[in-house]
Amino acid sequence: MSLKLEARSQSSTLWTYASPLLALVITVVIGVCLFMLLGKDPVRGLQMFFWEPIRSGYAWGELMVKATPLLIIALGLAVCFRSNVWNIGAEGQFIMGALAAGAVALLADKDTSRAIVVVVMLAGILGGIVWACIVGMLRDKFNANEILVSLMLVYVADSLLGYMVNGPLKDPNGFNFPQSKTFEWVTQIPRLFSGSRMSIGLPIALALAAALWVFLFRTRAGFAQQVGGLAPAAARYAGFSSRKALWTALLISGGAAGLAGALEVAGPIGQLTPYVPAGYGFAAIIVAFVGRLHPVGMIFSAILMSMFYIGGELAQSRLGLPKSITGVFQGLLLFSLLACDTLLTYRVVWRIKPVQRAP
Amino acid sequence: MDALALLIATSLNAGTVLAIAALGLLVNEKAGVVNLGAEGMMLCAAIAGFATVVHTGNFYLGFLAGMAAGALLATVFGGLVIWLNTNQYATGLALSLFGTGFSAFAGISYVQAKLPEQTQYAVPFLSDVPFLGLALFRQHPMVYIGMVLMLGLVWFFYRTRTGLVLRSVGESPESAHALGYSVRLIRLSAVMVGGALCGLAGAYLSTVYTPLWVEGMVAGKGWIALALTTFATWRPARVLLGAYLFGGVTMLQFHLQATGIEIASQFLNMLPYLATIVVLALISRNPAFIRINMPASLGKPFYS
Repeated sequence: MSLKLEARSQSSTLWTYASPLLALVITVVIGVCLFMLLGKDPVRGLQMFFWEPIRSGYAWGELMVKATPLLIIALGLAVCFRSNVWNIGAEGQFIMGALAAGAVALLADKDTSRAIVVVVMLAGILGGIVWACIVGMLRDKFNANEILVSLMLVYVADSLLGYMVNGPLKDPNGFNFPQSKTFEWVTQIPRLFSGSRMSIGLPIALALAAALWVFLFRTRAGFAQQVGGLAPAAARYAGFSSRKALWTALLISGGAAGLAGALEVAGPIGQLTPYVPAGYGFAAIIVAFVGRLHPVGMIFSAILMSMFYIGGELAQSRLGLPKSITGVFQGLLLFSLLACDTLLTYRVVWRIKPVQRAP
Repeated sequence: MDALALLIATSLNAGTVLAIAALGLLVNEKAGVVNLGAEGMMLCAAIAGFATVVHTGNFYLGFLAGMAAGALLATVFGGLVIWLNTNQYATGLALSLFGTGFSAFAGISYVQAKLPEQTQYAVPFLSDVPFLGLALFRQHPMVYIGMVLMLGLVWFFYRTRTGLVLRSVGESPESAHALGYSVRLIRLSAVMVGGALCGLAGAYLSTVYTPLWVEGMVAGKGWIALALTTFATWRPARVLLGAYLFGGVTMLQFHLQATGIEIASQFLNMLPYLATIVVLALISRNPAFIRINMPASLGKPFYS
């Protein structure tokens, strides 16, 4: 008996949808084993991740609060990955967006117009774009590998944030803590309902998902953008500029990550601290892949990833497990997804007897 | 003079972490596989090595544990990219994300742990030579192992038949396959060696170089090591030299602070990362130069 992978003549539609689900099942199974290994009740563990985050209206709100930045960043990354631009430094663009937005928010006082919220968000977008432009310029003019450059810039952005909250933007009355003063109320991203932390970030994210869908599947520019990723030679033949695709991808993803940073810092966080980066930029890479780089898919995967975050926090407070269990599950999910995606282009064949060859 | 000798000594030590990891990555890149999981492997190896030393008190067991951890993760990565032909970039990235999460998770109870006292090493007689003694001959054995490893790889790649086969698998796997070599097994072995060396570097980092465990302590050294193979245009000697230079850049921040120059520490922290970006841009400026030296099938899956 032998187990063999056999190439499919065309990629499987069924597995396009089934593979992320199978990957989730595999992750959960490994998670159950992990809980048992640690001597925790696996049912309680799974409850923390998959039931507690959806059991009440308030919980749903918190779920959306975390899903919003993940979705916005992932939407931008999807454009990158579809056009074969490997921007993995969204975390750095997120930090720069948050930093720029925070710097603007700190200019406001009590009498500033509420319209400053728009400026805060635009500053965030600009901050992310500037950071992504460095990647674009070095790739375009110097042919430097965008994976390494974008990732190195995460560390640079992190240090820059550290400098700003320890120096120019430090709260003079903050007992020397490395953080800015709390932003004025006028800069607060408007909330959807009172009593929930959900902000207008959520409808913005959903609108961006719709816009991305139109761009990718209903415009010529969106088509040209993706051909370069699928078949560079065909794109060249058709006259689609790879430089334009590179810049479009980086500007969109940088702007998206920057916007997410602005929404976070002027929303749930409300001040600049060294703890602004929460790994959303990296988690969004997983969101993008698990969501199949499709706007609708990414809405679901962003919610799933948000569950992982909330589940990790609950596992820490209620089961006494370290919060970093979130990172373990995130990594496992991407691993299993990549493995399961083999089923898109291959089928598994069990052979009981060796194949008889014609004489 | 002593300050300069000390700068050289600390640069060699810091460079050794990068050198061993980068030389390991060089092995799998010569076989045509890019492993972006270096950071994750180094982190997992760092905690594996650290925990082993905490429990056994034996540093060499710690190094072995680190190598085993690195090789194990590399095997998982290799299985996915070599047999299931998954995208090497995405899979490596998954490994890095998983390694970051898993090491933080596994290391939570070791955050305050202390390691046994370290032996001070000195090469007899030579360590007493003025200047050179302090600069070169009072190092941990791992520093010399890094140098020997480089020489060993030069010999292996360019003077042995196996090395030639390994390089042919990276240049043209189809030809190697046609000649009857098992491309997949050779690639897996190379990936495992790469993982083991990244693991050794990670364990050295957490047990000797900065003998403590902090979440995410590798701090991008895995990524810098990846960049080093490109800087060095895939030549072992240049990898080692580049690693020492970057070790120097890392150390420069501490020496600058010691001289009392008024620069915020955060800007000094950025130096190694900024240097990586600048050098990467300068080296990559000429695409033809990179293409001539790069293993021709680097990053490409092999279908038989």
